Amino acid sequence: MSKEKMFEINRRDLMIVGAATAASTGLPATAYAEATPEAVVKPDDLASLDDTLKSTVSFTVNGEKHELSVDNRTTLLDALRERMQLTGTKKGCDHGQCGACTITVNGRRINSCLTLAALHDGDEIVTIEGLGQPDNLHPMQAAFIEHDGYQCGYCTPGQICSAKETLEEIKAGIPSNVTKDLSGPIEATDDEIRERMSGNICRCGAYSNILAAINDVKGQNA
Amino acid sequence: MRFDKPAGDSVLADTKVIGKPVHRVDGPLKTTGTAPYAYERHDVAANQLVGWPVGAAIAKGKLKSVGTKKAEAAPGVVAVLTTLQFDRLPLSQWNTANLFGGDQIEHYHQAVALVVAETLETARAGAAMLEFDYAPDTEASFDLSKTAPTGDEQPLSDVGNFEKAYADAPVTIDVNYTTPAESHAMMEPHASIAAWDGDEVTLWTSNQMIQWDKMALATTLKTTPDKVRIDSPYIGGGFGSKLFLRADAVLAALGAKRTGKPVKVQLPRPMIFNNTTHRGLTEQHLKIGATQDGKIVAISHENKSNALPGGSSEKAPAPTQHFYATDNLYCINRTAEMHLPESNAMRAPGEASGLMALEAAMDELAEKLDMDPVELRIMNDAKVDPSNPNKTFSRRHFVECLRTGADRFGWSKRNRKPGDTREGAWLIGHGVAGAYRGAPAQASGAEVAIRPDGGVVVRTDMTDIGTGSYTILAQTAAEMLGVPVERVRVELGDSRYPVSSGSGGQFGAVSSTAGVYAACVALRKKIADELGKKHDDLTFADGAVHAGGSTTELKKLTRGGRELSAIDTMHFGDFRSEKYVVSTFGAHFIEARVHSLTGEVRLNRMLAVCDAGRILNPITARSQVIGAMTMGAGAALLEEMAVDHDRGFFVNHDLAGYEVPVHLDIPHQEVVFLDVLDPVSTPLKAKGVGELGICGVAAAIANAVNNATGIRVRDYPITLDKIVGKLPTI
Repeated sequence: MSKEKMFEINRRDLMIVGAATAASTGLPATAYAEATPEAVVKPDDLASLDDTLKSTVSFTVNGEKHELSVDNRTTLLDALRERMQLTGTKKGCDHGQCGACTITVNGRRINSCLTLAALHDGDEIVTIEGLGQPDNLHPMQAAFIEHDGYQCGYCTPGQICSAKETLEEIKAGIPSNVTKDLSGPIEATDDEIRERMSGNICRCGAYSNILAAINDVKGQNA
Repeated sequence: MRFDKPAGDSVLADTKVIGKPVHRVDGPLKTTGTAPYAYERHDVAANQLVGWPVGAAIAKGKLKSVGTKKAEAAPGVVAVLTTLQFDRLPLSQWNTANLFGGDQIEHYHQAVALVVAETLETARAGAAMLEFDYAPDTEASFDLSKTAPTGDEQPLSDVGNFEKAYADAPVTIDVNYTTPAESHAMMEPHASIAAWDGDEVTLWTSNQMIQWDKMALATTLKTTPDKVRIDSPYIGGGFGSKLFLRADAVLAALGAKRTGKPVKVQLPRPMIFNNTTHRGLTEQHLKIGATQDGKIVAISHENKSNALPGGSSEKAPAPTQHFYATDNLYCINRTAEMHLPESNAMRAPGEASGLMALEAAMDELAEKLDMDPVELRIMNDAKVDPSNPNKTFSRRHFVECLRTGADRFGWSKRNRKPGDTREGAWLIGHGVAGAYRGAPAQASGAEVAIRPDGGVVVRTDMTDIGTGSYTILAQTAAEMLGVPVERVRVELGDSRYPVSSGSGGQFGAVSSTAGVYAACVALRKKIADELGKKHDDLTFADGAVHAGGSTTELKKLTRGGRELSAIDTMHFGDFRSEKYVVSTFGAHFIEARVHSLTGEVRLNRMLAVCDAGRILNPITARSQVIGAMTMGAGAALLEEMAVDHDRGFFVNHDLAGYEVPVHLDIPHQEVVFLDVLDPVSTPLKAKGVGELGICGVAAAIANAVNNATGIRVRDYPITLDKIVGKLPTI
């Protein structure tokens, strides 16, 4: 069994663990309902709202088209995490201060907590789930593992989405605050990378390792 | 199993997996966003409602009334819970500030209401409709400099005669340092999902100490611990902020009880800074006396720090009790009872802030003596515990840390005089500081089992807060049972599993690996019995048991598709603390640059050398240390929760106002681990390292700034406003 599979806690495993423990401790079945994919996305959530308070929005997430009814106040982050159960994108501050919710919209990275879902009709959205999966890692995800570019893992999806886009932005010639020469191609120096990654806070302090991971992927692409 | 005497030379002498650079086993989940954190457990219970918590708008006083009618009538709102609907909830031994219930407000942003609704948006909108009427208490204390301590403190250390020795000393320094309140600011906010089943409640939460959390929640909900289950397999950082039961868990449990449905609550980021705990402010007074040639003869370290009435404060003199040799030592910590939020443990409580003062004061002494600060520290290395000369250090390689670091860093080529080394408009400076952190161990239990497929499973209520517990526990079991790490599955954070040390005080890694070691020994004995062999004759390797020429595959040991399992707990004997001081040591070296016009401080390079016994995994241990160095850089240069002395709260209570280091703030970091074992510490001869890394960093930075500019900032953090205007003229 691969390492990835070994640590993939799927619902079946959870139930096996739960059942085994329940049997050994004589616990009855729970009173609250088992979660099912249908029950989690509650279609009647918005029933109490006036029509003026909600919108229907269509967008593409990780290559798949979705049509969603949303509360107009719902951020893109909460639409992903709560209504679509794409919880790889994290909520660290909900105020655009930490970068844990970084995703790309139409090829540009944004803080998904700072924008409303209803504003994204027709947009192409890519989240961490769209980059790679445990048994099919994106090179940046693999590099983060190789260089231990994380500890608690909570800022990690945002760091990885930002890291990938950082290299793209440098390649596209988009200058940053530390770019010295605006007339030619931009060199992906350590400080150029650090500056562009500075919107993604890692309180575990894995910055040195994240830089190593990004430089590794940069080298692979060169 | 008991650990009653130092581990013999033969115990884990030649390891194959422990101590090796194994990549994090939870990496594929964390890098793909598939590791499940507390608030995202959509899978555990259907029809979850959302609770939005509200914090008090005053720091002290009484909540007279809450108008709930508008909120109750708002779309989507299912229930409104206010603190006035409950009696003050009982507190566990681990909590100081009221969590919920009653009309008394003890600190700003104390939880006063929860609006439960169908969605986050409707809950938040409902919360905004609540109408609060407060009667603030003007008799309150929010300014540490104006608050007298309680006055009943006993010295932490009082050896020899400090006053006389200091008065007689030819060279003395007498300096005051302050450190501000700091916030843990872990990336994952406190969050819990609660669901009741009759009188039993389950919390999917984010907590470092599962057993404490379970006991505390039982106390607070007025039930028994057997009615509470806690599950916290992934934790988005803690640093001490998630050691204890907090309002998110209590409110989720109460909301779920009221509505009869699962309820989830996440503390909004701006509520965390005042609602939860913080590292307390300190006012430190250091006096050091020395001979002309640099031998320290007297040290006094006095501190005053804030706490809520009945709470504990930041014990800054803690490291001074054990760090430098002196026959005359006086250390005292005084608590000023105030009405700021609850001060409590943050990474290396006491040591981190104490060393910000002590290690800068040592630099001041070196300057006065015109001595190399590395040599001053080496000359005063303690051979016995200064607080109790009958005790020795289990292992102490502080001098080796300093020498190795000085060599590696190029200390001999350092800047000598402020202003001497320049790069353009930047002044370059070099600083050193010592690091000291105790290395406790706590009882820790685990279950280890052979699975029917020959794999191994480890179950314990231990937590992984980013520290690498999943990985080092897998390594421990792999080592003991002779299987590859990939064949070990580790299940953590569930209160139904054996009680572990939990994660805190840099005791987690050493204690929990010892617990898994104990369970593995128990399992090996069980296997020996099954095979009719003597335990000592068995060898575990290549997924099989070898004994006297016969080989049995592990999977053949299981019967009927069931696991072969053993449970044990490692208990640590008193010998560890009665005979020894078990501690970790280190040295930090910093090169900083200070802009000669603006006073801006940037870091060029950071080096840490650590003496922490066996390093269980150099990858995860190094990450702990660089992360702690980063947090120490924040403490030196950025982090301060500003106190509003009139209204009594931390003003900059979000991640924009409370600045922590970002990518561009952190330069190249190097970490060196001394290759040493400490057989007094645990059977694995390991000591914690996660808190050692933050100890001394800030002082090394302060010393580098002083070395560059000649400016000694004694009120942290060292922001440019404290430098500009004092810079040397060009």
